[in-house]
Amino acid sequence: MKEKPWKPWLLLSPSLTAVFLLLIVPVCFVVVYSFWLRAPSGMDIPAFQFGNYAKFFADSFYPVILLNTIRVALETVFLCLVMGYIPAYFFYRTESRLKPFLMILVMLPFWISFIIRTLSWINILGDSGLINHLLLKYGMITTPLPMLYNEGAVIMGLIQYLLPFMILNIYVSLDGIDKSLTEAAQSLGCTEWQAFREITLPLSLPGVSAGCLLVFVLTCGTYLPPMILGGPGNEMIANLIFKRVIGTLDWPFGSAISVILLLLLVIIVYTYNRYMGINQIFKSLSKG
Amino acid sequence: MKKLISGWTLIKLYTILVYVWMFAPIVAVVILAFNPQQFGTFPMEGFSFKWFVKLSQNSTILEAFQNSLVLGSLTAIFSTAIGVPAALAFIRYEFKGKEFINTLLIAPIMIPEVILGVALLLFIRWLQQPKSFALLLIGHVVLTLPYVLLIVQARLVGIKREYEEAALSLGASPFQTFREITFPLLAPAIFAGMLFAFTISFDDVTATLFWATAQNQTVPVQIFSMLRTSISPEINALGAVMIVLTVSIPLAAGYVARRFARGNTP
Repeated sequence: MKEKPWKPWLLLSPSLTAVFLLLIVPVCFVVVYSFWLRAPSGMDIPAFQFGNYAKFFADSFYPVILLNTIRVALETVFLCLVMGYIPAYFFYRTESRLKPFLMILVMLPFWISFIIRTLSWINILGDSGLINHLLLKYGMITTPLPMLYNEGAVIMGLIQYLLPFMILNIYVSLDGIDKSLTEAAQSLGCTEWQAFREITLPLSLPGVSAGCLLVFVLTCGTYLPPMILGGPGNEMIANLIFKRVIGTLDWPFGSAISVILLLLLVIIVYTYNRYMGINQIFKSLSKG
Repeated sequence: MKKLISGWTLIKLYTILVYVWMFAPIVAVVILAFNPQQFGTFPMEGFSFKWFVKLSQNSTILEAFQNSLVLGSLTAIFSTAIGVPAALAFIRYEFKGKEFINTLLIAPIMIPEVILGVALLLFIRWLQQPKSFALLLIGHVVLTLPYVLLIVQARLVGIKREYEEAALSLGASPFQTFREITFPLLAPAIFAGMLFAFTISFDDVTATLFWATAQNQTVPVQIFSMLRTSISPEINALGAVMIVLTVSIPLAAGYVARRFARGNTP
C-alpha cells in the first residue's frame, strides 16, 4: 500500500510545535540571556560578554557547589548500583509466584509523591526519628545522633528516588540474556560464580551503564532533596539556579549557571551516546 | 551444592533488606499520621484521626487539592491529545529522520526541571506576559509529553495495521473503522498515557515552584512551604492521604483497564 509521505508529519506536528516553541526556543533563550548584563532595575541589557561566566569561576564559591553536585551524583550512582544489582538479579533468576507482585512493588514508589518520599526520611533520620528513638530506648546512645541535614541524608533521599530506575534498567538488560548460556557454561564445568562473572555480568553491562547514566543525570539536576534533607553546606547546582533566579532575580547569572549545568549534562550524555546508544535508557523507561 | 543454596539465600535476604529500606520511610509516614501527639514523631502514643480532621478543615490545602486536580486533568488531556498522534506516527509509519525525531521528543526527560523552569519563565518574561495558570498548564504539558510518548508507544507496538485493513476491505467506512476498530484498540494506550501525565503533573514540585503564582499553588508546593516552617503531624496526615490516593488510583485503573481489555476480546 502506498503511503502519503506527509501523513506522519501531520500526526507529529502538534508535538513538534510544542517542543520547538515551548522547549527548544526557551532553552536557546537561556543561552542568549546568559551573555546579557544585569540591569539595576527593569529589563536586563542585551549584550554579548562573558561576565556572568567569569563571575561563576571568579572564586571557589560557585565551582565548589558544582563539584559538590558531581560528587553527590557519583556517590548516588555507586550506592544505587550496589543496592540495585542484586535485587535486579533476584528478579531475573527467581521462579517465585510472587515475582509480578514484587515487580509492582519496585515500581510503586514511582506513583508516590516525590516530596512525600523525600520528607519521609525526616521521620527515620531526625533527632526524634525512628533510628534515634530505637537507639535511645535501648540505651545504645544517650544523645540523638545527628543524621539529618547533611550529605548522607541528601543521598538517602536521592537513592530512595532513583533506585527503582537503576533496578529496572539492570533488570531489562538481564531479562534479555538467554538463560541457556549460563546452563551451557555450567555443564561445561564452570562454577555458578564463574558463569555469572564470565557471561551474565558482561551481558548485563548495557543496563548497568544506562542505569548509571540516568541516575547521574537526574541527580545533577536535583533540587528538592538538598532543600529538605540537606544542611547549608549541601547546596547543589539546581538550588543555586533557583536562588539566583527566583531569590535575587539575577536572570543573566542564573541563565549562565543553567548553561553550565546543561553543558555538563550534554557532554556526559553525548559521550555515553557515542559508545552505548541512548535508546537503551528509553527502552527500560517505557517499562515503568 | 550446599554453598550454592546459601548464595541464593543471601541474594534473597539482600533483596528483602532493600525492600525494607525502600518502604520503611513510607510506612512510617502512614503510621505517624495517626499519632495524636503535637510533634509528629516516635514514639506512638495512642491512635487518633485528629490530624486528618484538622487537614479537612484546612482551606489552603483543600484549595491546593482542587488546583492540583484541575491542573493534572487538563495536563493529561492536552498531553495525550498531542502525544498519541505522535506515537501513532512512530509506530505506524516509516519516514526519514524518524530515529532523530523520536530522540528529540523524548530527550527532554534528561533536561533538569530547574532548567525547564527557568527557560519557560524567561520566555514568558520576554513576551511580557505575567505568570498565570496557562503558563503552569503549558509547562506541565511540556514536562509530561515525553513520558506520554514513551508509554503510549510501548502500548501501541502490539496493535496491528491488518485489523483496520480487514475492516475497510469488508466494507466499513473510514469513520466506522476508527470507531469500531482503531479507537477500542487505542483506548488502553490513551488511558495509560493520561494516567501517567496526571500523576507526573500532580506530583511535580521543582518546575511548579518556578511557574506557580500564589493563586494556583498545588498540593506538593503547599507541602513544600509547610515544611519550611516546621514538620507538623499534619504533613504526615497529608502524606498518608497522598500515598493512599496516588497508589490506589493506578491500581484501580489497571484493574479497570484489564476488565476493559477483556471485554473487548471475543
